[in-house]
Amino acid sequence: MSAHRDPKEKRYWLDDPANVTRLVRVFYVVCAALIAIDVFVPKHGPFAIEHWFGFYGFFGFLACVALVLIAKQLRKVLMRPEDYYDR
Amino acid sequence: MIGEFSPGLILILGALLVPLLRGRLRAIYMLALPVAAFAHLTTLPHGDLGIIELSGVSLTTLRVDKLSLLFSYVFLVAALICVIYSLHLRDTVQHVAALIYAGSAMGAIFAGDLVTLFIYWEAIAIASVFLIWASRTEDSYRSGMRYLIIQVGSGVLLLAGVLIHYRQTGSLAFGALGLDTPGGLLIFLAFGIKSAFPVLHAWLPDAYPRGTPTGTVFLSAFTTKVAIYALARSFAGTDILIPIGTVMAAFPIFYAVIENDLRRVLAYSLNNQLGFMVVGIGLGTDLALNGAVAHAFADILFKGLLFMSMGAVLFRVGTIKGSELGGLYKSMPWTTGFCIVGAASISAFPLFSGFVTKSMIMTAAMEEGYFWIWIVLLFASAGVFHHAGIKIPYFAFFAHDSGKRCQEAPLNMLVAMAVAAALCIGIGSFPDFFYTLLPFETGYRPYTLDHVVAQVQLLFLSALAFTLLMRTGIYPPELRSVNIDAEWFYRRAGRSLADGARMAAENGWKSVTHGIGRTISVVIAYVQRHHGPEGLLARPWPAGTMALWTTLMLGACLILFYL
Repeated sequence: MSAHRDPKEKRYWLDDPANVTRLVRVFYVVCAALIAIDVFVPKHGPFAIEHWFGFYGFFGFLACVALVLIAKQLRKVLMRPEDYYDR
Repeated sequence: MIGEFSPGLILILGALLVPLLRGRLRAIYMLALPVAAFAHLTTLPHGDLGIIELSGVSLTTLRVDKLSLLFSYVFLVAALICVIYSLHLRDTVQHVAALIYAGSAMGAIFAGDLVTLFIYWEAIAIASVFLIWASRTEDSYRSGMRYLIIQVGSGVLLLAGVLIHYRQTGSLAFGALGLDTPGGLLIFLAFGIKSAFPVLHAWLPDAYPRGTPTGTVFLSAFTTKVAIYALARSFAGTDILIPIGTVMAAFPIFYAVIENDLRRVLAYSLNNQLGFMVVGIGLGTDLALNGAVAHAFADILFKGLLFMSMGAVLFRVGTIKGSELGGLYKSMPWTTGFCIVGAASISAFPLFSGFVTKSMIMTAAMEEGYFWIWIVLLFASAGVFHHAGIKIPYFAFFAHDSGKRCQEAPLNMLVAMAVAAALCIGIGSFPDFFYTLLPFETGYRPYTLDHVVAQVQLLFLSALAFTLLMRTGIYPPELRSVNIDAEWFYRRAGRSLADGARMAAENGWKSVTHGIGRTISVVIAYVQRHHGPEGLLARPWPAGTMALWTTLMLGACLILFYL
């Protein structure tokens, strides 16, 4: 990638992998904090499951992991070469 | 009344003058059309207007009420934004087709009877296909053909349904219909095709990604939303819509995750958002219907914004495949920013439009006690953030740097995106005015502490899942590929079947023509034997012989007469 890049080109903050790692760590802390404040939020939803500790957070996490893993498996069944319909 | 004509006609008839104008004048004229339509709209009173008597049947061409007004506002805003977005184009066909298309959608919204609806329904199909064909590739031509067949087919079903319904009830009113009559069922199916019900949806991810960069923005705004409006008018509270909409909201997100063409990812996410609206219509409570139409309103803006940002990338870079993009935030910072606003809106982040509209549908599902429907919709909400909220901006503008450098989008595109982005934030941050436009008064409040916290938790931890899967390399990479969908049935299975039938027909025809050929050659040989150069009947005979034969024949007749 960087092999054919113009050396005079501006270096962006995100070009440094260390900065990306920093950003991701901040994000982890924010996620942890979001789950932690769940204790202080009074809940009003009609379904009992909503009142579980951090339900929405854990659900979102698991839903996305499941989505990606299932979609990855679906590729085996659904994926075809780009010119599939032209042959 | 002479002034009682549909505001859609201003766009349709106005479009016909566009070819006569050039340059700046054409730009100003096209911008003026939606404004003029809006000005006309403000003069109309509520009620059934523009009634035409046609051989004993009365047609209501202009029904003005809260529901039709809501859709007409967003259609006019969308038309204006799309016109701004396509101002740089020097393609008269696209300009004219797009305006007629937007006008027809407006006309359909204001239709008070099913015949008027049908006319605009077909006009939408025919005008919109030019935005796909305008890509001027073999691929877009074929895709446009498939699109046209399906769209016009939906119109034919609609017409059949309308005729049966009219014979049974004597009414042409475009109002609440049931599924208990064959007419109602056919109309439902016609609406279902256009609103991309599961299995009937394949035209959407097939055709939309093949439109021109600007044309697809128009396409995303109108066709499916007219169908949603029609469902809300005629089938509100129809139970079967709840499971249909839930499947619609869930299954396209799997496709969106593995799709490489980023505009097709958006087409799948459009399908997924329509699912939420269909569920809302199926639930049929005041809150749910408000949610469905409000979400349609918001979706036109944020999905348009996302399609505009991807259109700008396609326009500048020449490809929209995730596998070939990345790092474009350096070249197109403004487009990146607008795309992120669209992404936040579709993902329903607090302060963005999706948050104040989709939540009404979710809350209505809860209030009605549909636990599993709610769970699946929640899964779809996390999923939409995942593929439209993260995947689109990430693979286009960030990810690994593709090394591609280009110019920022043209100024007119940036202005159009800025307007859409401002509206997304405006609706999300100040929903009170927007709520007054909705058909029902529900007193719903989106900004409660538990709702905000729950939504932020859901979205942040979904993003966390993406981050972890990405950094561990589990996330499936973008690959150059197509994924087979329901279109397989007519593009592969149907084609094999058609090929087989053609072969059989060809063979049959061959044996028929062979048989005919043999017969013909036998006949010719026979004719040649008698009439050919050496044939008995073709010899030049002297006139005397002829006279002799004539005399003999006449003699024979004479004898026979006396016998």
